[in-house]
Order: sequence, then structure tokens, then C-alpha cells
Amino acid sequence: MSQPLLSARNLVKRYGRVTAMDHADFDLYPGEILAVIGDNGAGKSSLIKAISGAVQPDEGEIRLDGQPVSFASPLEARQMGIETVYQTLALSPALSISDNMFMGREIRRPGVLGKWFGMLDKPAMDAFARKKLSELGLMTIQNIGQPVETLSGGQRQGVAVARAAAFGSRVIILDEPTAALGVKESRRVLDLILDVRSRGIPIVLISHNMPHVFEVADRIHIHRLGRRLCVIDPREHTMSDAVAYMTGARLPEGIAA
Amino acid sequence: MSDTPDPVVERNPAEAVASFDRHTRRPLERVQHFLHRYPTMVPVIVLVLSVIAFGLIAPNFFSAFNLSLILQQVAVVGTLAAAQSLVVLTAGIDLSVGAVMVMVSVIMGKLSIDFGIPVPIAILIGLGVGAATGALNGALVTRLKLPPFITTLGTWNIFLALNYYLSNRETIRSQTLDAEAPLLKFFGERFSLGGAVLTYGVVLMVIVFAVLWYALYQTAWGRRVYAVGDDPESAALAGIQTNRVLMSVYVVAGVICGLAAWSSIGRVGSVSPTSFFEANLESITAVVIGGISLFGGRGSILGPLIGALIVGVFNSGLRLAGVDVLWQLFATGWLIIVAVAIDQWIRKISS
Repeated sequence: MSQPLLSARNLVKRYGRVTAMDHADFDLYPGEILAVIGDNGAGKSSLIKAISGAVQPDEGEIRLDGQPVSFASPLEARQMGIETVYQTLALSPALSISDNMFMGREIRRPGVLGKWFGMLDKPAMDAFARKKLSELGLMTIQNIGQPVETLSGGQRQGVAVARAAAFGSRVIILDEPTAALGVKESRRVLDLILDVRSRGIPIVLISHNMPHVFEVADRIHIHRLGRRLCVIDPREHTMSDAVAYMTGARLPEGIAA
Repeated sequence: MSDTPDPVVERNPAEAVASFDRHTRRPLERVQHFLHRYPTMVPVIVLVLSVIAFGLIAPNFFSAFNLSLILQQVAVVGTLAAAQSLVVLTAGIDLSVGAVMVMVSVIMGKLSIDFGIPVPIAILIGLGVGAATGALNGALVTRLKLPPFITTLGTWNIFLALNYYLSNRETIRSQTLDAEAPLLKFFGERFSLGGAVLTYGVVLMVIVFAVLWYALYQTAWGRRVYAVGDDPESAALAGIQTNRVLMSVYVVAGVICGLAAWSSIGRVGSVSPTSFFEANLESITAVVIGGISLFGGRGSILGPLIGALIVGVFNSGLRLAGVDVLWQLFATGWLIIVAVAIDQWIRKISS
């Protein structure tokens, strides 16, 4: 396989006496969907936070395209092309879809109005938001100025994914994107994920939902006790294998106890 | 009614995620959605109705002169309410605005009269002090993570004490200002427009609201102020430096308090350290009646302008109708409660 796009080695994160990450490794290859699964408390959210810049590891190294990087904040990770869709979605409910898509990276009017008066280019922002949503088949949201809180759960997820896809040039991280959704809406979001991969952007998918993981993932990273236990191919293992490895009921072949 | 399946969803399940929820709304729900979309409509309707009602009840109420008098009366508190609105939009509250205003007016007066500093420079220093008070409030809220209510309860008392210390509790008389620093009374000067008599203080209030409207709706800063007030965690995850936004809000609010201070000298005609004691509460009243949510992130900046006018209209109307002053307070009290109740009701839409 080619060189990993995003990798981490020996990440350690301690919170007082609790070790959330205990020499954790991580590899994401170009163009793949990598699922990260693990029991509650296995430290997968610490791992994800470390690679998305929300948490700074105490030890270890993160490499993006082979270059060592360190992110002091999610903003820095974003500037390097790593977009995260948090479980809470990080949307402002009272603001419009367009406002939310551009939060923190608004477009200003060209010329004096934009430069001196900081005037936003709302038509350009609305057009861009509309284009990105329709690319992902979400264009039945007709009113781009609609407050996000008037959308359904699936629509909100769609807006958050569209935002990440619009700006995430290298990696998109999705944290439990289907956890709060019904069957139909989950379906739509899984299609969105496959759609984003088809554009060549690799995706890290954190999920508890085994059927969803096995449906879309190319590889599955199993996290246990603060470190990577193994990476399995969903075509060669069953869901019950994965659950057994995850919970420690069984060890994958080739891993010593 | 609401459990009838949506025909659009039935025909095309793949579109379900992105289609509108089209179940038929009851009339009350429609009102709720309308107000959710246009939160300023509540105060606008109340203002229009109260103007009509008092026009019918009170003699002379509905004259250009009286209506412009109301504008003059609300100019200072209205300007202060603009500062208050910014802080309330970030889910905070600023109890110190009134004390800052009075303290800055004392500083402007003292520097001009007692220290002989040229008046424009004294005014600039006053505005700078306003910004500094905002920076102090902002630093306490963002660095020490103190709740804005407690922070500004503390600084309110501090600024009040400083105000008494600086002024020696002495008023600078109107004649002294006329002789030595007439510029300080600029916003009290009148001009007529048709039958209406306005002060430059009214113009200042309108300009402050217009500039804030622009900043909040047409600039990235404004959108961030709303995002931070709406949900600070989400805003931070979306890449907003929330502390910087909060800090800027408090500083801008402090500068507006400084402008209100200048305006207040014109309104009162003198520099009085004991004036406007209840201005902070009156500014909160205008903001709340104006439909800005105390939970942050919701409401139009033009609401508080209308909120201040509603209070002014009630006070003027009741007075002209010959009603005891206590009923002005009584009416204002109910307005606040109704306004907050309506805000709660509108916010239920998202659940």
C-alpha cells in the first residue's frame, strides 16, 4: 500500500492518573474510509481529538503527508485540510445554513466595501452553499437562509457533512454521524459518506453502529485499552469478530496476549 | 393532523432527509413560526398598537411634537440599550453600563472644566475610558471565566464608587458648561423637522443602531457574535476564537457607553454624578421588551430601539392621560414579563 496520508505513532495522553491514550498508533491511507471502533472508554475519542487538533497529546508524533505536524487547536488542523464533523455537529442553531457553512471563514465583498467595511459577500456565500448542498443531493433544502434549528436531524447532519466536504481538502473525520438519526436519515448520511469518498477525500468514521461500519468501511481500526489493537478488513471478518476483539472476548490472530 | 404522512416523503423516500416537514400547521403554530423568523415583529406590533391606543385615549398624544419628545426622552437609555444588546446577544448581561456612562460623563466634564484639557480631547479620553471599562469586564469574563452577571455586578459598584470619588459628588453646572465646554452639551441641542423637535442625541441613537445593524448583519464579526451567543462550544469547534469575540463585544459596548455619556450631558444639561441611577436596568428593560433573548444569539438589534420607544410611549401616554406615575412602572413590569414569556414560547420551536 502507498504511504499513509495521515498517521500517528505512540500517542500518549494522560488526564491525571487516567491514561486515555497509551502509545496509540493510527494510519489513514488516501481515498479510503477507515472506521474506528472501540468500547466506551477505549480512548477513541481522545485519538480522534488528537488528530483533529482538539487535544494535544503528551507524547508521540502525528504526520500528515509524511511531514510531522502538531495542532494547537482545531483551527490549525482545519488550515491543514483536516475537517471534523463532531457528534454535536458544531452548528449554530439560530443561524442560517449559509452562515453556518462559512462560520469562521466568511467571504468578503471585493473592493472597498469588503476591505474597509468588512462587508460580507452574501450572494457568493449563498451560491456556494447551495452548490455544495446540491452536489451532495441535499438541494431540496430550498431556503439557504433558513435557520439550522428548523431542519430535521438528518438535514442538519447533511449541512455539517457538506460543510466539511466543501472545505476539507485532505481528510474528513466524522464522529458518530448516524447516532442520532432514524433509519431513513442514516441511509442518506451513509450515501453522503460514500459520495464524499468518491471525490477522493479519505474519511475517518467513528461509529458504534456495526452494520453501518461494515457497510461503508474499507478498513476497520479497532481501539482497545487506549491503543490500536488491530486493523481488520471487513470482508474477511464478521461483525461478531469485531465485537469480540473490541471487548477483549477474543484476540485477533497474530496478536499475542 | 400532524400524524398524516407527508405525501412527498411517501412518493420519494430517498428525498426524505432533505425535504421539508410539510404537515399542516395550526394557526397558533404559524404565528410561532412567523415570530421565530421575524422576532422584531412582537415589539413592532406592540409599539404600533400602543401608539394607536394612547392616541385615542390621551389628548395631544398623537402630535408630532409629543412623539418627538418621546424620542428625546429615550435617546440616552436607547443608546445605552444598544450597548446592552451586544452583551445580551452573547448570552451575557451588563449591569455596569449605567455606572460607566455616568463615570465617563464625569471624566469628560472634569477634564474639560477642572483640568482645562481641550474638549474634543477630553471626549476622546472619555471614550477611551469607556473602552477600558469594557476591556476590564471582558477580561474578567473571558480570562477568569466569571459569569457576566457577577462580573458586572462587581464592576457596577466599582465604577459607581470611582464616579463619586472623581466627581466629589459635585455637579458641574449647566452655566459652567455653556461658558467653558459647550461641545459637551452638543447632543442636547435641538433642531426642528416639520412639527417635530429633535435633539442630536436622537440622531446619535439612530446612528449607533444603524452602525450596529450593519456590523451584526453584514460583517463576519456580527455573525460570530451571534454564533458565540447561540452556542459557544459549537462556535469554538467551528473555528471561532470565542474569547476574542466576547472581548470585542465588551469593548465596543464600553465605547457606546462613552457615547451615551456624552449624549447624557446634553440631555441633563449638566454633569451630575447622581443622574441615571437606574439606567442599567432601563437598558435591560428595553433589550428584553425589544425581543432579544437573554439566552443569547437571538433577536434583532433594532428590537431594543423599539423596546426603548415602547417604554417611552407608555410613560408619555399614561402621563398625558393623567394617570398616576406608579402605573407607568406597573405597565413596564408587565411588558417585561410578557416579552420574556413570548421569547420562551418562540424558542420552543427548535425542540
